Amino acid sequence: MSKDIRIPRGSKLNLVGEANKILVELPKPKTFVLKPDDFFYITPKLIVKEGESVKKGSPIFFSKQNPRIHFVSPVSGEVISIVRGAKRKILQVVITADESDEVITHDVSSFESMDAEAIKEVILKSGSWPFIKQRPYNTIAQPEDSPKSIFISTYSTAPLDVDYEFLLKNNKLDFQKGISVLKKLTSGNVNLTFDESFNGFFGAIKDAELIGVSGKHPAGNVGVQIHKIDPINYGDRVWVVEPEDVVNLGILFSTGQFSSQRTIAVVGSSVAKPQYYKTTIGAALKPYLEASEVNQEEEVRVINGDVLSGTTSSEDGYAGYYNNLVSVIPEGNTYRMFGWLPFVDNHIPSISKTSLSWLFGSKKSKVTTNLNGEERALVVTGEMEKVFPMNIFPMQLIKACIVEDIERMEALGIYEVVPEDFGLIDYASTSKIEAQDIIKKGIALMIKEVG
Amino acid sequence: MSFLRNKIDQIKKPFAKGEKWEKFAPAVNAFDTFMFVPNHTTQKGAHIRDAVDLKRTMVTVIIALIPTLIYGIYNTGYQYFIQTGEVFTFMDAFIHGAYKIVPMIIVSYVVGLTIEFIFAIYRGHEVNEGYLVTGLLIPMIMPVDIPLWMVGISTAFAVLIAKEAFGGTGMNILNPALTARAFAFFAYPTYMSGNKVWVSEASNVDAISGETILGSLAAGNDVSYSMMEMFNGSIPGSIAETSALWVGVGALILILTGVGSWRIMIGGIIGGALMGFLFNLWGANALMSFPWMNHLVVGGFAFGIVFMATDPVSAAQTNKGKWIYGVLVGVFCILIRVFNPAYPEGVMLAILLMNVFAPTIDHYVVEANISKRKKRWSSAQLKTA
Repeated sequence: MSKDIRIPRGSKLNLVGEANKILVELPKPKTFVLKPDDFFYITPKLIVKEGESVKKGSPIFFSKQNPRIHFVSPVSGEVISIVRGAKRKILQVVITADESDEVITHDVSSFESMDAEAIKEVILKSGSWPFIKQRPYNTIAQPEDSPKSIFISTYSTAPLDVDYEFLLKNNKLDFQKGISVLKKLTSGNVNLTFDESFNGFFGAIKDAELIGVSGKHPAGNVGVQIHKIDPINYGDRVWVVEPEDVVNLGILFSTGQFSSQRTIAVVGSSVAKPQYYKTTIGAALKPYLEASEVNQEEEVRVINGDVLSGTTSSEDGYAGYYNNLVSVIPEGNTYRMFGWLPFVDNHIPSISKTSLSWLFGSKKSKVTTNLNGEERALVVTGEMEKVFPMNIFPMQLIKACIVEDIERMEALGIYEVVPEDFGLIDYASTSKIEAQDIIKKGIALMIKEVG
Repeated sequence: MSFLRNKIDQIKKPFAKGEKWEKFAPAVNAFDTFMFVPNHTTQKGAHIRDAVDLKRTMVTVIIALIPTLIYGIYNTGYQYFIQTGEVFTFMDAFIHGAYKIVPMIIVSYVVGLTIEFIFAIYRGHEVNEGYLVTGLLIPMIMPVDIPLWMVGISTAFAVLIAKEAFGGTGMNILNPALTARAFAFFAYPTYMSGNKVWVSEASNVDAISGETILGSLAAGNDVSYSMMEMFNGSIPGSIAETSALWVGVGALILILTGVGSWRIMIGGIIGGALMGFLFNLWGANALMSFPWMNHLVVGGFAFGIVFMATDPVSAAQTNKGKWIYGVLVGVFCILIRVFNPAYPEGVMLAILLMNVFAPTIDHYVVEANISKRKKRWSSAQLKTA
């Protein structure tokens, strides 16, 4: 029996280009990367040099903040370049794959009798630790902590988001194994959330608390669910794992090998064939974008993640470490004459009733990256609360972050939010404020000052 | 269209970054964005954005104001002709009103926007659209015969002291349009109150007596208007505040588009009705026994609640706070009307007073949320300890 929760507020954006349920496997791409920027608040310390050959699972760099956390190569091959930016910051480590597929194997034969510390040791040594993230802050979890609960959300509400039941159905056993691994890491619950109306194979998963969720975006954000089910208090640690990374952890404890499986869905109005691809973390996106037939006539933006909270990539870019979604939408760098008049240009979706787009509710819309206005002072009130289903005052929290008032941020609930929860606020804002950016800076400040 | 676009790009060239006139870019940008929604794309945060922007929001308010404004212009002429006894048509009345009111609107926009542009250039930010609404509101709440220079000075005072001194759009504590009216009210009382200012030419033509309903009630006289006249607005008063009917149409536009807060409007009506009803029970003087329903339709009550109290910047910002704020505006409005015969219309002062207290209301609403969270923290600690 599962207990169910309903998320009251939010908004569903109905966009063109949802992925068809087809899983395609292409020949392995040539190059892969590991990007330190995929991990929030990590300073990388390199272990390899250019030209060195690595196996799948060989450490590439570790975290200066906690040297036990290793980041390993997703494939076997050769490190061909280390790209650096300003102040010699490491942007990405590029690896060319070879055909040998050499893998480092760890001993997991005694899994059943392992305790939490032994499990952690295997995860750390294999380089799988980055799969486990923590709330507050959404940084990689600290192995020294013991979380009060672990959350896995398979309920997807973000625009064009993947269907996890489809994406994971070939890995049911690995998923169950991964859940069992996580169960050993916490004294509390492993909470598995899914779409209340359709639980698929998730309904039969053992070792986890099964929770059906209903509601519009951001109901699928794990942070919103935590807020509703087991809210974070001062000093609490809750761990979260992406569904496919549960599979990766399961494979690790079945085979002893680091698993870098990543299924991506290429979606959006700029691709002719939106569909799923089986690939590897950090893979070059080009072959997959070509297979999905990206529109060559228009300038497009490739986004690692969903259109609300993803990061900008490019057609020559690489799959991110965590995201299952690659969104491709047209750039909106065009002018619209008198487009600011109310009730004109109703094809652009709008939560506000100053557009008639709500009349075409069920029609899927095509969106661009146009800002649809310019940044202005904060004037309109109440619009953020409409798309923010937590018992937190979003505007007051944003203002506290802007003025860097740590005590106030803490009191207003900074521990319970991560930038992605403010994706819809970014979207809906009349004043075009960058709420996610403000919250991200606020969280970075909290880590620095409070820890 | 592309011809126009190219022309604008050409004009904007010397204002680009690093060019000679860079500093004055906000001024040309204001005109450019009036023609075209810019080609700016998202750089960080969400990659897609809603079609709504501040310009669209403000223009929606202006659309909501237009029915009231048109009726106000007509009523100005109507009051004049009906008192002089001349035969007139709708057009005559409208033209008489427009002749008086259009110059006031022009003065308000020219003075206010000039100051806004100067501050935008000085501070290096884009021109905010908030003044589009303020600039129209200021003449709408003035008596019709106020000299244009007073409109200009009141506008300048409001924009400089009530808005820019606090940091510009979004930062002000008081509603700028009401501040302009309050300034004129206290600086030029003979032009802003009494029984000779509310009807066009009343001070020049002896035959015209332009007393407002609240004014005559405060003086202890009887009211000769029916409830229907009060509701339609064919009564003397500030230019565009008389018609509860057309204010209601504006309110409907604001509520349906979500631009104006229905919480504040409903709260205000509840507060006003409640206070009016209580005074009816007491009934010690003419104003107290004035039926509570009539209180809601005479004077600036309806206009103030719908268009002034709902100004999102100066009102309470939390949803709970909006209810409290709205109710208190209504309560204080009737309270001032009844207890202070020197200011027969209380809505201006009631809203300004509540503007000052809005941050306090929000403070307590937010503190309640914070203390709830802290309580949860400490009870969690007890459990684990």
